[in-house]
Amino acid sequence: MNVRAQVSMVFHLDKCIGCHTCSLACKNLWTDRPGTEYMWWNNVETKPGTGYPTLYEDQEQYHGGWVLEDGKLRLKLGSRPTELVNISFNPRLPTLDDYYEPFTYRYKDLIDARPGEDQPVAKPISMITGDEMEIEAGPNWDDDLSGSPIYAANDPNLKVLNAEERRQFFEMEQLVYFYLPRMCNHCLNPSCVAACPSGAIYKRGEDGIVLVSQEKCQGWRMCVSGCPYKKVYFNWNSGKAEKCILCYPRLEIGEAPACMHSCVGKIRYLGIMLYDADRIEETASKPDKELVEAQRDIILDPFDPEVIRTAQQDGVDQKVIAAAQKSPVYKYVKLWRLALPLHPEWRTLPMLFYVPPLLPVTASLNQQGRYELDANFFSSLESARLPIRYMASLFTAGDEEPVIAVYRKLLAGRIFKRAQTVGDIPMDKALQALEEAQLNPQEVEDIYHMTSLAGFDEMFVIPPMLREVAIEMGVDPHEFQEERGAGFVRLPQRGL
Amino acid sequence: MSWIKDIVNPKTRLWEEFYRNRWQHDKVVRSTHGVNCTGGCSWMIYVKNGIVTWEMQALDYPKLEAGLPLYEPRGCPRGIVYSWYIYSPVRIKYPYLRGVLMDFWHEAKAKQQDPVEAWASIVEDKEKRRTYQVARGKGGFRRSNWDECLEIIVASLLYTAKKYGPDRVVGFSPIPAMSMLSYAAGSRFLQLFGGALLSFYDLYADFPPASPETWGEKTDVAESADWFNSKYIVVEGSNLSMTRTPDAHFAVEARHHGAKLVVFSPDFSDVSKHADWWIPVNAGMDGALWMAVDHVILKEFHAERQVPYFTDYLKRYSDAPFLIELEKSGTGYSAGRFLRANRIARYHDVENGEWKLLVFDQTSGELRMPQGAVGFRWQSQKGQWNLELKDGLDGSEIDPQLSLIEKREDVLQVSFIDFGGDRTFQRGVPVRYVETGDGRIPVTTVLDLLMAQFGVPRGLAGDDPSSYDDEDRPYTPAWQEKYTGVGRNTVVQLAREFATTAEKTKGKCTIIIGSGVNHWYHANVHYRTGIAALMLCGCVGVNGGGLNHYTGQEKLTPMASWSTLAMALDWTRPPRLQNGPSFHYVHSDQWRYEKAFPDHHPASGPFAREHFMDLQAAAVRMGWLPFYPQFNRNPIQLVRDAEEAGAKSKQEITDWVVEQLRTGNIRFSVEDPDLPENWPRVWLIWRANALHASAKGHEYFLRHYLGTHNNAIADEVAGDSVQEVVWREAPTQGKMDLVVDLNFRMDTSALYSDIILPSASWYEKNDLNTTDLHSYLHPMGAAVPPCWESRSDWDIFRSLAEKTSELARNHFPEPFREIVATPLLHDTPDEIAQPRVRDWSKGECEPVPGKTMPHLWVVERDYVNLVHHFKALGPGIKEHGVEDHGIEIPVDGLYDEFAKTVPSYEWNGRKYPSLADVLNAANAVLFFAPESNGEISYRGFKEKERQVGLPLADLAEGHRGVRYDFSQLVQQPRRILTSPCWSGIVNNGRAYSGYVMNVERLVPWRTLTGRQHLYLDHEAYRAFGESCPTFKPRINLESTLNLVKSAPAARSLTLACITPHGKWHIHSTYSDDLRMLTLSRGVEPFWLNDKDASKMGIQDNDWIEAYNDNGVIVTRAVVSARIPRGISIFYHAPERTISFPKSPMRNNRRGGGTNSVTRMRLKPVLMAGGYAQHSYRFNDYGPAASDRDTYVIVHKLEGKPKWD
Repeated sequence: MNVRAQVSMVFHLDKCIGCHTCSLACKNLWTDRPGTEYMWWNNVETKPGTGYPTLYEDQEQYHGGWVLEDGKLRLKLGSRPTELVNISFNPRLPTLDDYYEPFTYRYKDLIDARPGEDQPVAKPISMITGDEMEIEAGPNWDDDLSGSPIYAANDPNLKVLNAEERRQFFEMEQLVYFYLPRMCNHCLNPSCVAACPSGAIYKRGEDGIVLVSQEKCQGWRMCVSGCPYKKVYFNWNSGKAEKCILCYPRLEIGEAPACMHSCVGKIRYLGIMLYDADRIEETASKPDKELVEAQRDIILDPFDPEVIRTAQQDGVDQKVIAAAQKSPVYKYVKLWRLALPLHPEWRTLPMLFYVPPLLPVTASLNQQGRYELDANFFSSLESARLPIRYMASLFTAGDEEPVIAVYRKLLAGRIFKRAQTVGDIPMDKALQALEEAQLNPQEVEDIYHMTSLAGFDEMFVIPPMLREVAIEMGVDPHEFQEERGAGFVRLPQRGL
Repeated sequence: MSWIKDIVNPKTRLWEEFYRNRWQHDKVVRSTHGVNCTGGCSWMIYVKNGIVTWEMQALDYPKLEAGLPLYEPRGCPRGIVYSWYIYSPVRIKYPYLRGVLMDFWHEAKAKQQDPVEAWASIVEDKEKRRTYQVARGKGGFRRSNWDECLEIIVASLLYTAKKYGPDRVVGFSPIPAMSMLSYAAGSRFLQLFGGALLSFYDLYADFPPASPETWGEKTDVAESADWFNSKYIVVEGSNLSMTRTPDAHFAVEARHHGAKLVVFSPDFSDVSKHADWWIPVNAGMDGALWMAVDHVILKEFHAERQVPYFTDYLKRYSDAPFLIELEKSGTGYSAGRFLRANRIARYHDVENGEWKLLVFDQTSGELRMPQGAVGFRWQSQKGQWNLELKDGLDGSEIDPQLSLIEKREDVLQVSFIDFGGDRTFQRGVPVRYVETGDGRIPVTTVLDLLMAQFGVPRGLAGDDPSSYDDEDRPYTPAWQEKYTGVGRNTVVQLAREFATTAEKTKGKCTIIIGSGVNHWYHANVHYRTGIAALMLCGCVGVNGGGLNHYTGQEKLTPMASWSTLAMALDWTRPPRLQNGPSFHYVHSDQWRYEKAFPDHHPASGPFAREHFMDLQAAAVRMGWLPFYPQFNRNPIQLVRDAEEAGAKSKQEITDWVVEQLRTGNIRFSVEDPDLPENWPRVWLIWRANALHASAKGHEYFLRHYLGTHNNAIADEVAGDSVQEVVWREAPTQGKMDLVVDLNFRMDTSALYSDIILPSASWYEKNDLNTTDLHSYLHPMGAAVPPCWESRSDWDIFRSLAEKTSELARNHFPEPFREIVATPLLHDTPDEIAQPRVRDWSKGECEPVPGKTMPHLWVVERDYVNLVHHFKALGPGIKEHGVEDHGIEIPVDGLYDEFAKTVPSYEWNGRKYPSLADVLNAANAVLFFAPESNGEISYRGFKEKERQVGLPLADLAEGHRGVRYDFSQLVQQPRRILTSPCWSGIVNNGRAYSGYVMNVERLVPWRTLTGRQHLYLDHEAYRAFGESCPTFKPRINLESTLNLVKSAPAARSLTLACITPHGKWHIHSTYSDDLRMLTLSRGVEPFWLNDKDASKMGIQDNDWIEAYNDNGVIVTRAVVSARIPRGISIFYHAPERTISFPKSPMRNNRRGGGTNSVTRMRLKPVLMAGGYAQHSYRFNDYGPAASDRDTYVIVHKLEGKPKWD
């Protein structure tokens, strides 16, 4: 056992209102520079939909992530020798059409227009060429089922439905969508790291954050292809790859990542988890059906004395262990088993997790052709608008059982609270639902509390990052305080 | 996995400083966004090197009581990109003046030194006036400077006051709650000057008329945290996740606490995703569904079985037990007025007996007169205006009889109108007979009338439905299917779940509702059907219950103190306050484009007019609605004329004016709006997009106000149907002499104005912000000083005041007097002015100001000292105290206490608390408000105790010592104190919910009965068939006159044009923001159903034209299965300045925005006045400017879009 710590996040998709505030907080802070216009380290996708870049989930096209070959993991992109041969030719890159041509407008014409015969207007122009352009794509082009016959209809996950089911889905009785916020998963088994010919990408030991060194990166872009989530981007201005940094400059001073800080739906939870680094390869090599359980298994119980002892031996600070014990992410992922990884079949062991959303019950048309709803009081497994198969395609490599287990819990919790606070559902029925979901009333209260009532202090739990220790390795913190504290970013050089 | 290494080598990680350095800032300042989003979110603004870099949310709202989720982080995608605007290419950095006007001005000034004369030489030259009017909106701005612009503006103001009267100057700024001092700056200036201020809440149709109809209140709703207390949440016409972004989580979280969430929405919307049940009610037909729900609730929870909680609630808190006279009509009877107390012998002589009402007492079987009706409010002896079930005469206990069915003396057939089926039907009602001065008359209760109206079979004969499956007879679950598209079983289950939840939780069911329902012409009717369900189940005035209407950030919490400052009541009163809908309907000549109003027409009586315009004029004449300009004469000259005719006292002057009106020597301007003397002349616009997003019938604004290009092709057709108002054949183009816009960005209004003054943006000024959605007071703060040459609104209007006083020395050297006309007001004795509708101009009664016609006041103004009045908190506040909701709170002692602690303004040898700086003004608002000064709250409750006669001041005892000032709010938002001016109780962290004070402390609603009204007996309501909750369908295409001249194109469809609030902008703000355009489609598109689109040959992202007789929109299509067939969605209201090409259909002119295809339509019942809750109050009452019933033809744009 080799105990490491990982900062990890849970998205409670049932709470996501699709507002995109997270994406914009991130954009403001990090990607508002030449070369980064099209980068959305954090974005929010409508599901069903084709995502950003378009159809990124289609690994037959992009060859991202890992595949299991003769029981061995290898990059789907190809093994390292082949890669090196093809280093200057990488056909698996998304093009500008898969992203979009960044645009702006001739805004100044509004103020500067000469007197004319008609109202002036700000025309769209390309941010790349400055020429007038037709806007044909954007980073959120299929928001709220925009262009559903083209985009939603081609969601790769809908392939689990037969043709009739797919047709039915676009009728009012079954129509539905939900939101999927996405960012770098800071994987345990990151294929971007493996794909990088320059060794520029690394996973930080203290918190598991995966970073692209802006010094070492040589712009080969293999990471862009290697990442199945397409969450590494190429900066055309600096010639280097950039990606989500989990706001480490904020984490290091005890503030939540900007996306989480700004999350208006309060869907995000962030905490630290301990895992066994010795078992990464073994875990990532399990058969599809076992992947979710294996990933839960590699995450260690921070209350287990054996884990605590080993962690201390491995240099994990006591403060980290204490934070792991209070981690809301640990609760959702391991304790309550409500949060699932996105596309575990890509075998990168993504360390961001999702609680699947509850959705409205289905409907049918009555004899008069009017819309009648299924009589369920709450949404239910049986009357779900999107089949469990779809969710399983997203979160469990196609295995429906873990998804069903999650939904049973979410629904049983609501039924129990209803019985408790209103009483029109009898308590014995509620207790039966709890039993089927393998929950007890105390767990329901805990889950309810974390879902509905928890404040930021409970949703965001990380250990102190001990910056003085890190800084001390390069420069004496007292010196740092004296010289940099006043704000010098670049110290003047002697003699210049 | 050998390639994954922990890299701890400090050298290889030094580069990490790269991102750390980007996360750096010099200071952080608290501010917010002033954008009518209702969010009222506290933001921290980051500043680096004196430049605003970005914003992140504050996370420090004080907590509410345990068991409620927290408010933070509030915010939304729009708010978090606001900082883009500050340095963006659309920023207004300098004063701008249109070149052609600048040339005229320079030329005139070269000839005349006096600016007023210079202005006269331009506007009195027809050709010059025409030349700069036609240039409006077509570019050609030139950089000017502050002094020049202020001089032109003030010259135009003084010229207008002198020549036509100050009431020809109008100002528009909406939603004071979003930055209340910025609003107050302009309104204070305007009221000192004598100009008219235009309302906004009703203009936006955000104002829910059903609220005053039912509760006598503009809007009083729960803060969003209270949604969490609810166990059954119905959301309709409100896309919480999209438009209540910071608050949506409370509804989402409530589901995990066991609440059921039901969403009515024609399209699968963002909030539908969170629903247990998504019910796609056909657009604009929600009322039909609620009628059927009410039918089931009445039948199963009131007729077949009585629920004690519901019954008790109706008896005490509603008009359900009150008696209605039945009147003979045709072969049967119709429902008449409430039975008045003075109609029977026992109460014949009580004071205000016409305004006290009767019930049958269950115990004695006799008629009794419960306390609390409006007559008790305005009687000389105070203390009986409460909801104790006691007789107003002798104090005996009353147990009101809800229904006469058991003790009926007779059953009469009463006729009701089925507006959907266009027929009348007769239903049996149990009655008893009452001896009155006019003989023996049949009466019944409101509840019994409701049972009949809704078709609950009770064995009383009549045309009752046979069962829930009766499709033909209103208002069964099967009947509603044809309107709503929703199945009967779903409706029945909904009704049962709703009522059962209310029964088990004592009323914890809520309806969250918004513009999606409220913007329809018949919104008041739709709302009342849902309100009926809430009332029948005892859900109003309960935490977790109630009708929670959110549209517009209308709640200015410290209203009492703020209105004193904002309306300059500390120096002069009354203010000139104009309802926006009537103003624009009349002055932008939209009335000329309609014929008869599209509603049921009464055959006879005072409301049997063909054209709404005649009713509008009558409403002004009878004192129901305000109207400015007032008369076809200068109100300054009127006083001089009166004096010349020998009038001396104020009374003699107004008597003279009344006489001139009676004889027709003076006419109301509204009666001849196209006469040049009656035009509004100068328009000041600030914090507003008055010419675009707020301009319903935008193209008519362009034509009739501005006199510039426009895309309307409709004919002026009113000539034949308007009877009393003067019809002038020659259309008036360009009424406005000058349009001034204060703005920080080049929006559509700025683009079309004559002068643009650069105003400080939201991170550059200090101000106060409140909202309905939470209960905190918090600041807007200056993170950086006003950028470039911009100034805060407060400073701009102070500059205008200075310039006015300077130039007035020549033109108004002495104080002068003028006549101000104001309507009959709510929360004053005017509420009992007009028991019956009588028009003095027709000789039906005497013209008596403040009784049968508007109040007339002689008001003194002093332009030379206007600037001093602006900058000093005047003695009026000491004399009158502060007032809101009819609670007058004395401030003696406190004024002097305040004066000692704040900077003084010295003038004319006296010292006043200074208002020179906006921070002084903010502190004055906070100091004199009951919500932020515990002593004011306490005194207000003492006054309320006196009115009500029950203990209330205990609610304020705990916080009597609290005083919030601006600096405290900067440290942390503060929660409001429980206030006598509002109806929620927020002590100890309890969530604000409307009307809990009425329910728990027996304070009456400000209505006729003092209770919540299911029945409305004003003559207008009876004439238009809206006395009982009822259903009126959407206005049909023909009645709208939308497509008389617009012909279908090849492969086109006629679609309803729905314009809800959108995801990527707040109204027009942010619609030009690059981030929002990037995350959407780069332009605001038209959403079309996929099957409809394919019929038109339109594919996703194709360019389309959407047009009708009012105008045209050219944009791209978004094709989506989530939109139902037959409707299109064009989210309100993108700037027409961004990426909109020209329209081949309309002469290759630039296509317009949302309001280019709208024309406003006013509803006559909402004009009623001088009658209890049907009485005017600014923004709180009047006809809403509805525009949702709009149709367009959509087709694919031919060829490539043309830009130039």
